[in-house]
Amino acid sequence: MRINTFRNLLLITTFLVIGNFGFASSDKESGDDAEFDPKEMILHHVKDAYGMHLFDWDGHPISIPLPVITYTDNGFTVFSSSEFHHDYSGEVIVEKNGQKFANVHEKVYVLNEGETEVTYDAEHHPTNAKRPIDISITRNVFMMMVSVVVLLLIFLSASRRYKNSKDNVPSGIASFVEPLVLFVRDEIGRPMIGEEKYKKYMPYLLTIFFFIWINNIFGLIPILNGANLSGNIAFTFTLAVLTFIITNVSGNKNYWKHIFWMPGVPVPMKIFLMPIEIIGVFVKPISLMIRLFANITAGHVIILALMSLIFVFKTIAIAPVSVGFALFITVIEIIVTAIQAYIFTILSALYFGMATEEAHH
Amino acid sequence: MDLITPEFGLVFWTLIMFMILLFILRKFAWKPILGAVSEREEGIKKALTAADEARREMENLQADNERILNEARAERESMLKDARDMKAKMIADAKEEAQVQANKMIEQAQAAIESEKKAAMTELKNHVAGLSMEIAEKIVGAELSTDKKQLELVDEMLKETTLN
Repeated sequence: MRINTFRNLLLITTFLVIGNFGFASSDKESGDDAEFDPKEMILHHVKDAYGMHLFDWDGHPISIPLPVITYTDNGFTVFSSSEFHHDYSGEVIVEKNGQKFANVHEKVYVLNEGETEVTYDAEHHPTNAKRPIDISITRNVFMMMVSVVVLLLIFLSASRRYKNSKDNVPSGIASFVEPLVLFVRDEIGRPMIGEEKYKKYMPYLLTIFFFIWINNIFGLIPILNGANLSGNIAFTFTLAVLTFIITNVSGNKNYWKHIFWMPGVPVPMKIFLMPIEIIGVFVKPISLMIRLFANITAGHVIILALMSLIFVFKTIAIAPVSVGFALFITVIEIIVTAIQAYIFTILSALYFGMATEEAHH
Repeated sequence: MDLITPEFGLVFWTLIMFMILLFILRKFAWKPILGAVSEREEGIKKALTAADEARREMENLQADNERILNEARAERESMLKDARDMKAKMIADAKEEAQVQANKMIEQAQAAIESEKKAAMTELKNHVAGLSMEIAEKIVGAELSTDKKQLELVDEMLKETTLN
């Protein structure tokens, strides 16, 4: 975990640095001649967006438009994100289905009846608009769909290889996939859950491992502009909740006994331990959620911050340093993609193992 | 704060996508792959056991062969010994019989010689006796031609008798 400590340190430093830059330039509006704001740039890259911005060509942003899907009292409204014309400052108003939509910092708002323009309060929150139920295909959702398709292609063709071979000998992509699957089975499932029960949890563990891993990798591909899915709290939250549900649904008598009435300790200690254990039930998935989110987001932030240095110092001389460090961090990030997927999976397996462990006194 | 607030839309899609992925992969990927792998592992285990068994059987067979070979060897040995013994016995028997036969023949020969000898002796005695009688007759005729000589002889004989 030395890398984590090192990275957390870097993360804190980077946030401090970015924070300072952010304060320094917070009163300037973004525009062509505006001061470069690394904080805004980084947060914009790390967070979700409605369009898939690829690059700028001749001053015009080139992006893949994705559908915006909202649900309000008027029912579902679907329109293309390109109708915002790459605006995310709430200035472009899109009228659909008798409602006015605006994109304020990559969040769609529905203007209240009769309003024509978004007004803000002191903290730059819209005052005359509400958030609809928003299930848009954002760039993270889009990348998630791509990752699902890629995973299906890889593993379904791998499983077909087995079906076609007479003696179950792996060939082609199956021989690439098999060691990974066996790794999850033999290094994660079996030792953490135990020989008798691990089979039931293998589909979940395998799916979550490869799902996290491939999305970590996709987040590192530069042209996809850091679709930071596995560094998004909503994504890690969902997976952590699934682990939480499976853990507690499969929890046996022994597991609950250890939480509410710890065996083998005196009664005052039992009473003392109970709230701690109850907190522990929730802290475990929360730690899963934050660990994955923070690690992946931190990686993105560091790389972006290093690249920002060029624009902050306004000199090309710093570029070799930035690129060198960014390359170094990227290489570490490639390792981290696998490590974080592994950690999430092994901890999930550990919790399942704890929940299904039989009493042995 | 925005960064650490989960968006409903993404939670919703993550849940749906993950569930779809889990469902499809479980049915069409994990089950076949894990099944194939465990089947293969099972197969390997079985093959190993079979090989082990075959080896043990082979060893048994070899031991059997060895035993049979040893038995055959021992049998041959004993047969040879028997043959040798028989040979020796036959020779010994033959020798003995020959000896007995020879002894008998010698005895017979000796007996024959003895009887021949006796006969010869008897004949010789008779012959000698005859000769003696003739000689004696002639001598006695000549000696006892006078009375005096006859008396002297009687006297001498009487003397010898007394001495006996």
